[in-house]
Amino acid sequence: MIPLAWLILWTPFFSAVGIFFFLLHRPQAAGWIATAAMAFSFFFSLLLLFRAGIPREAVESSVQWVALPALKIEFGILLNGLTLLMLLIVTGVGSLIFLYSQGYMHRDPGYSRYFASLSLFAFSMLGIVLANNLVELFAFWELVGLSSYLLIGHWFEKPEAADAGKKAFLTTRVGDVGFLLGILLLFGWLQAGGEGTFNFLVIQDLVKGIHQAGNGGAVSLLTAAGILIFLGVAGKSAQFPLHVWLPDAMEGPTPVSALIHAATMVAAGVFLLARLFFLFSASPFVLGLIATIGVLTAFFAATLALVQTDIKRILAYSTISQLGFMVAGLGLGNPQAGMFHLATHAFFKALLFLGAGSVIHTLHTQDIRQMSGLLKKMPVTGGTFFVGTLALVGIFPLSGFWSKEEILATAQQTSPIAFLLLLATAFLTAVYMGRLFAIVFLGEAPKKAVHDPGWEMNSPLVILALFSILAGFLPLKEFVPIEHEGSGPFWVTLLGLAVGTVGFVLSLYLYLLNPALVDSLSENLKGPRRILERKYYVDDFYNALIRHVQDGFAHLCDLFERVVVVEWGVNGTARLVRFTGHLLRQLQTGRIQFYALIVSLGVTLLTYGWVLWNR
Amino acid sequence: MPYTPYFVLSAILFAIGLTGLFIRRNLLLMLLAIELLLNSANLSFIAASARWGELTGQVFAFFGMTIAAAEVTVGLALAILLFRNVDSVDTKHIEMLKG
Amino acid sequence: MQAFIFYPFATLAVLGALGVISLRKPTRALLSLILTMFSLAVLFLLLQAPFVAMVHLVVYAGAVLVLFLFVIMLLGIGARETRVGENFKKGYLAVSFFVPVAFSALLISLALTSGGGTLQPAEGSPDAFGRLLFTRYLLPFELVSFLLLIGVFATVALASAKPPEKS
Repeated sequence: MIPLAWLILWTPFFSAVGIFFFLLHRPQAAGWIATAAMAFSFFFSLLLLFRAGIPREAVESSVQWVALPALKIEFGILLNGLTLLMLLIVTGVGSLIFLYSQGYMHRDPGYSRYFASLSLFAFSMLGIVLANNLVELFAFWELVGLSSYLLIGHWFEKPEAADAGKKAFLTTRVGDVGFLLGILLLFGWLQAGGEGTFNFLVIQDLVKGIHQAGNGGAVSLLTAAGILIFLGVAGKSAQFPLHVWLPDAMEGPTPVSALIHAATMVAAGVFLLARLFFLFSASPFVLGLIATIGVLTAFFAATLALVQTDIKRILAYSTISQLGFMVAGLGLGNPQAGMFHLATHAFFKALLFLGAGSVIHTLHTQDIRQMSGLLKKMPVTGGTFFVGTLALVGIFPLSGFWSKEEILATAQQTSPIAFLLLLATAFLTAVYMGRLFAIVFLGEAPKKAVHDPGWEMNSPLVILALFSILAGFLPLKEFVPIEHEGSGPFWVTLLGLAVGTVGFVLSLYLYLLNPALVDSLSENLKGPRRILERKYYVDDFYNALIRHVQDGFAHLCDLFERVVVVEWGVNGTARLVRFTGHLLRQLQTGRIQFYALIVSLGVTLLTYGWVLWNR
Repeated sequence: MPYTPYFVLSAILFAIGLTGLFIRRNLLLMLLAIELLLNSANLSFIAASARWGELTGQVFAFFGMTIAAAEVTVGLALAILLFRNVDSVDTKHIEMLKG
Repeated sequence: MQAFIFYPFATLAVLGALGVISLRKPTRALLSLILTMFSLAVLFLLLQAPFVAMVHLVVYAGAVLVLFLFVIMLLGIGARETRVGENFKKGYLAVSFFVPVAFSALLISLALTSGGGTLQPAEGSPDAFGRLLFTRYLLPFELVSFLLLIGVFATVALASAKPPEKS
């Protein structure tokens, strides 16, 4: 089984390397090799599933990589149910998106480079999922960030794309600093027989021991580590306040948005929460913090999606909001619910993004105000998009309904405020998705000639639609080995469903049948609308911070360098030397009497000195 | 008779000779001033010899005179040589060491 | 009684020295130096060093200074001297007064503070002098004569150096 896992991990890597070194000028080959590699990885993942079933026990295997007296780092694989679930999602959805990309990126000048980067991403993401220790995971974590940067900035000649790539990398970097500090804290302080460790299973045992011993000081250290690691999660999974990079990341090609910024990479944070759940659950404070941030992010992102006019940005804020749901699910103590939602979200969000990609591919615009009535002319796209929308809104019996319901039930059991906010978020989700669907796919027929794309782009849509419908009935929760007691009362389920349905129908009515009402409402609510459009001024705040703090500091450094280093240091030294030389030159008169005088002066001084010394 | 005045006299003569060495413009007169220096040293030697009752001081004064003679000879030869080259023994014109 | 002789001749010596450094004409300065030489010879006699005194007169006043005089007269016009202190920078003059004064001030203070005492001169007759010279100080004597020889060689070599081509 372990060899299979290694194969899953390294196949995309060799695909990336091979494309980069050999196939940069053979785009067709590059595309097919990359897709085939992903398909192989998916096939091996399926093999793993059929061989082992849903694993009850974890299987681990590793090699020693660094073996110093004070530091031991291994490189290995940890296979448990959680791993297998993620493997299937990443390789499955990944393969579909690779295939889709071949159609979408056809004739793009950077086609081969795109697939090399995409394969690198796949390798890195699988590395995160398979890693058995924190250092390895962190290394792949950073690699994923790099791949994201490369892919967001794929069209780097566009300044917005280059900037977005930078923004993504830097923002997640902020989170990663916290993550690294947390890792080091655990390593330095949790000792297994006198030695620090990074290994998940070992840390799990140690934490369990502390939990049972009930040591107060130890728990606060665990709290600190938990908070720090959660910073990394917040960065990668775009939680407030490190969410700012995700909307800008939409500058990248749409399949990238689908794969990385909806289905997999942003889900890595949630995955990490599940992987290290034993650590977070050891401190109620940390769990509370996680839940709070998750719920807040979910609600706040949903409000922002209401005023966006770019189809991809609506979906981006939706992703942030749904990530908030997942994070909240874990924070409220139910990793199974969180991961379940991660899985279903991967299917329908990827579907929605790919559908948007088809629309963009045909219309060459991302502005929804220039779209209408596409359902008639693009039935496959429109139909699958509708399925995805219903899944996201949480309509029975699609997958999204089941996973969202789990989280709402958990919230109702643990925290009324969370429950209310999540309910409200579900309502808003329905509203903005209804708005999106109504404006883009319903209404007047389009003026331009539009059509569905080819089979390469259509078939992934259909397959994902199928999963969006059926995934609710798959035993996905079983993959997560952490149990949660009971499900909620029935009225919660009904309420969730009702909220979604009402919201969706309401928005359809508003945007389809009564647009005048919408316009007058947005006129009257110009103030709040302004705030939403400026994204609660978060980006402005960060920009001001950078401008004043960092640029100010940079100016200071520049000043220091210009004055102290150059003017005083370099030029000053030269001036000093020249001045000293000028002074000393006066002594070189060439007149021997003068020299005699100087000698006598010296002798006099020395004699005085000697006499006085010996007195 | 106390011996201190002799040494004081020697110091005074030395000072005068040194001043002369710095002030004079003529090379030959500089050499004369140097003679004065040597003489003051000789006086000091003789006075010391008389103070301690040893003849050694006189012997060294004797040697000093001899050396002074040799030095004067060579110095004058140099002065003549210089005069042949630059037609002057004025120190104003002897700045070849400059730079 | 000794003091009676010392102070006048000491004064003469100083006056002669001052003349050496201040008289304008070289010949006059030279004669001034001869005055100093004679005064010093008298002081040497006072210090019971007759042999040295005579040698002093014969060698210095008689040979060295005469040689000087020859050279001064040989150089003729080239041996003029401007007014003392002319063409020197003021600062230079100040320092050139200050340094000798400071140095001899030190010497004088050393002399004055090392306690007064009386002279106990040794006998400086030629006999005693010669005895000492040729026994204990034989080596320095020989070396000094060697030095004189070298001096002669040097002078001859220098004097016979060809004058430069006058273009």
